[in-house]
Amino acid sequence: MTEALDTEETARLRRARAERIGRWLMPALTIVAALVIWDRIVVWNQIPHYILPGPGLVAQTLVKDWAILGPATWVTLKIAMMALSVAVIGGVGLAVIFSLSRWAEMSFYPFAVVLQVTPVVAIAPLIFIYVENRTVGLLLCAWIVAFFPILSNTSLGLRSVDRNLADLYHIYGASRWQRLIHLQLPSALPYFLGGLRIAGGLSLIGAVVAEYVAGTAGIGTGLAFRILEAGYRLNIPRMFAALALIAALGVLIFAVLSLISHLALRHWHESALKRES
Amino acid sequence: MRMDGVGKVFAGGVTALSGMNLRVATGEFVSLLGPSGCGKSTALRLIAGLMQPTTGKVSWQGKHDSGDLGVVFQEPTLMPWATVEKNVWLPLRLRGESLPDARPRIAQALEMVGLGSFANAYPRELSGGMKMRVSIARALVTQPRLILMDEPFAALDEITRNKMNDDLLALRDRLGCTVIFVTHSVFESVYLSDRIVVMAPRPGRVAEELTVPAPRRDEEFRTSADYAAQCRAVSAALSRATGDA
Repeated sequence: MTEALDTEETARLRRARAERIGRWLMPALTIVAALVIWDRIVVWNQIPHYILPGPGLVAQTLVKDWAILGPATWVTLKIAMMALSVAVIGGVGLAVIFSLSRWAEMSFYPFAVVLQVTPVVAIAPLIFIYVENRTVGLLLCAWIVAFFPILSNTSLGLRSVDRNLADLYHIYGASRWQRLIHLQLPSALPYFLGGLRIAGGLSLIGAVVAEYVAGTAGIGTGLAFRILEAGYRLNIPRMFAALALIAALGVLIFAVLSLISHLALRHWHESALKRES
Repeated sequence: MRMDGVGKVFAGGVTALSGMNLRVATGEFVSLLGPSGCGKSTALRLIAGLMQPTTGKVSWQGKHDSGDLGVVFQEPTLMPWATVEKNVWLPLRLRGESLPDARPRIAQALEMVGLGSFANAYPRELSGGMKMRVSIARALVTQPRLILMDEPFAALDEITRNKMNDDLLALRDRLGCTVIFVTHSVFESVYLSDRIVVMAPRPGRVAEELTVPAPRRDEEFRTSADYAAQCRAVSAALSRATGDA
């Protein structure tokens, strides 16, 4: 009997180990396969590099043009992160104000929705007419895109308080402020973190779109500007290299925010708990 | 604590409670017993001050403030993001006491419910019965004069519930506080209470009141013929209450 159980248990363990390895190996293999196919298509069809460069050439360009692309990456990352920070402050701040005052919510929520549903590409040219400072303009554009998921998720979270806990706070004579700090904000944390992950990606999109609209003006230019510029010069490999960097930034932002979320919730929230099987 | 002609009509026009009179003396253990929809939870919420009565009034003898009341709900109602210790700290924290100041009393309350060594655990790491104990510890930490319990053990298995009942009686003896206990279990109400208020539904009202004389409440009492007879009497009162509705 024990013998039989043991073989079953080993088989289970083996499957679990295979899955652990597979989780990393499978995506890695797929990416490598995709790169190889891309490379082969370029080589076999003799596609010239100004139409479609192979992955090798893109990698070379990445290294060769690092002096240009590196600082550009930094500029874009900086704009996206500053926009995200302002979006967190603005989104959480507004959500708290809305939850404290029904009147404020009724008055200002429509504005937030209008800002959200109007495409940033359409607003951006206006912003760059009225805002002198280029960085401020970029920030404003990225903020408009990024703040709404934080606002709406945090609002939802602040309202999703356990009824009985709210009653308990009432019985113990908690002030409005105590209820907010000790009950509503912790309840809203998982919702906020969900919104933050969406907003992280959106802030990058906002920064890139804004740069496109802002165009070629002056110094301190980011990745999107480098793509535009390389496009005018038909420097297709550099366009691909810059694109790869933007994608990498997006993945990096997502990974960091996921890690933050995991660290904040690992002790108590269902989403971060491992289940013993 | 007394309720005089208390009634509650909800916004939809449903009369949850009508003309309820109840007097609870200091140190008494009173159960509100009845089927669902008889307004027993509404009565408890009125006593807790979570609702205002539509008619009549709830009044208190002597002064009455938030520290005098402890509440245990049907669910443990713990904050999942806080450790057991911080959950029990809550009533004191809301009164502005720091954790170091409150810690001895928190430890004492946890000791009373037998969870002395679980101060730093998170609620999700505890079983249903243990969570309920934390909830009780939180109600006890302010040393309230009155504890309100709304079907606190309804979600627990029978073995755990019997144990919790014994523990609750022992705690009551030690602290000498008044308990108002809402339940739909005849056996639980007879075992625990000095007095049972049987309630009837539609509209929610008091049907009968029975006193439960018992020399000692323990395992012997739980299996005695006397206990069975009293359960039968209470059951009969309950079916009279629901029958004439």
